[in-house]
Amino acid sequence: MEREIYEPKIIGFFCNWCSYRAADSAGTARIKHSPNVRVIRLMCSGRVDPTFVLKALSLGADGVLIAGCHPGECHYIEQNYKTIRRHAMLKRTLHALGIDERRVRLVWASAGEAAHLAKAVDQMVEDIRTLGPLRWSANWAEDGAHLDDVEKILREHAEAMEVSK
Amino acid sequence: MSENKGKLAIYWAASCGGCEISILALNEKILDVTAAFDIVFCPCIMDTKARDIEKIPDKGIDVCLFNGSIRTSEQEYMARLLRQKSKVLVAFGSCAHEGCIPGLANVSNRDEIFETCYLDGPSTDNPAGTLPQPEVQVNGCHLTLPVFYDTVRTLGQTVEVDYYLPGCPPEAARIWDALVAILEGKLPPAGSVIGAETTVCDECKRTREEKRIKEFKRTWQIIPDAEKCLLEQGLLCCGLATRAGCGALCPQVNSPCIGCYGPNAGVEDFGCRMMTALASVIDSTDPDEIERIIEEGIPDPVGTFYRFSLAHSLLRRSALVPDIQRHELPLPGAGAERSS
Repeated sequence: MEREIYEPKIIGFFCNWCSYRAADSAGTARIKHSPNVRVIRLMCSGRVDPTFVLKALSLGADGVLIAGCHPGECHYIEQNYKTIRRHAMLKRTLHALGIDERRVRLVWASAGEAAHLAKAVDQMVEDIRTLGPLRWSANWAEDGAHLDDVEKILREHAEAMEVSK
Repeated sequence: MSENKGKLAIYWAASCGGCEISILALNEKILDVTAAFDIVFCPCIMDTKARDIEKIPDKGIDVCLFNGSIRTSEQEYMARLLRQKSKVLVAFGSCAHEGCIPGLANVSNRDEIFETCYLDGPSTDNPAGTLPQPEVQVNGCHLTLPVFYDTVRTLGQTVEVDYYLPGCPPEAARIWDALVAILEGKLPPAGSVIGAETTVCDECKRTREEKRIKEFKRTWQIIPDAEKCLLEQGLLCCGLATRAGCGALCPQVNSPCIGCYGPNAGVEDFGCRMMTALASVIDSTDPDEIERIIEEGIPDPVGTFYRFSLAHSLLRRSALVPDIQRHELPLPGAGAERSS
């Protein structure tokens, strides 16, 4: 029986002015790329609050791809510099929590760089395929035995002798 | 016990006892508390047992102030029991609210913690390598210990909580406000935090100008100016993400805020808020320089951004099997095309 190939789930946060258009024109130009990135369009990569990234990972994404205009070309002048700083801090924090930095990637793609973006997507999907699924919520699910342990305490209390007052 | 007095329970789970001390800091107002409530359960000051609580009818306790996070099966049992017996359950203090310092153990796990505490400690003498067991037979007697969990949870992640009182510990004045609000029935909607909806910066009297930081400094590296914003001086002050309520006690004495009052209203993840805020003040557009500023200035990102809120954060803990170790395991899906 053939084993199913693992398909990574990746959430993409793409900037409206460059990367989303690059993705659009990749489609128009019929450039082949992996279909694993679910794209969410934001007005700017500077809008990507680290909360979005951590929420995506905690809810089952295997990776997050943030794409924006090249530094110096931001529609809002300098917001993508903030993205660089945020991403740098996020990477460092995630590394400390045991998450490989390749899972949260920042790429620059102008509206004309459809092929470049498609390549970055393919590369990311390939990397995450190697890393394997993240399955983050499995980290805090105790093995389910903990409710039995709680139940046990109740039984013990019921069976124990009454201490004279 | 008087019939018309309310019934108050105070419990501690994984906590340090500071919350009880903070209740004592009510000073003479503690007499008003005991005039309004009979304290029916408080292991810190009274000899009452869990079994006494089991005999109280459901919802027989008016208010339970529960401090401490949930790290063992016994604490989880007490959380469930007190939820069942209390009309109003308050997650009291940072541990119950967001895990606090005990929650930082979520960068580790049970096996590692046991190894450090019972085997590797420099002053540990344990030649037989004995580790705590949940069940053991001694001279024909069956002895039990609570089960120690891998992951510390907050009270809200364990049972339904009516109100959260933040702070490590909550300031006495805020405890008093909350008790008065409960007695008078002037409460926010269930599930909310009883506290201010602004940040420590709003309470801080230091002068703020433009924040532009080329280098973060640790507290031992500089003697900060007493008037100027600490963050502007390079100290990693968490005031801008932290809920007000303490009166900016730490910045007042030249020490940066470490975030014990938890995230401000509307913020889901304290660490993310800090990262967002700091990204705006780092004064560089060069990726290499940015990496250097962060690497040198924030040596311990989890301890800095999640000192009080790791258990409550979106990720809750570090990976039980980090990516870096998973590389050594057979990769799922890899070579799948060839296997048959």
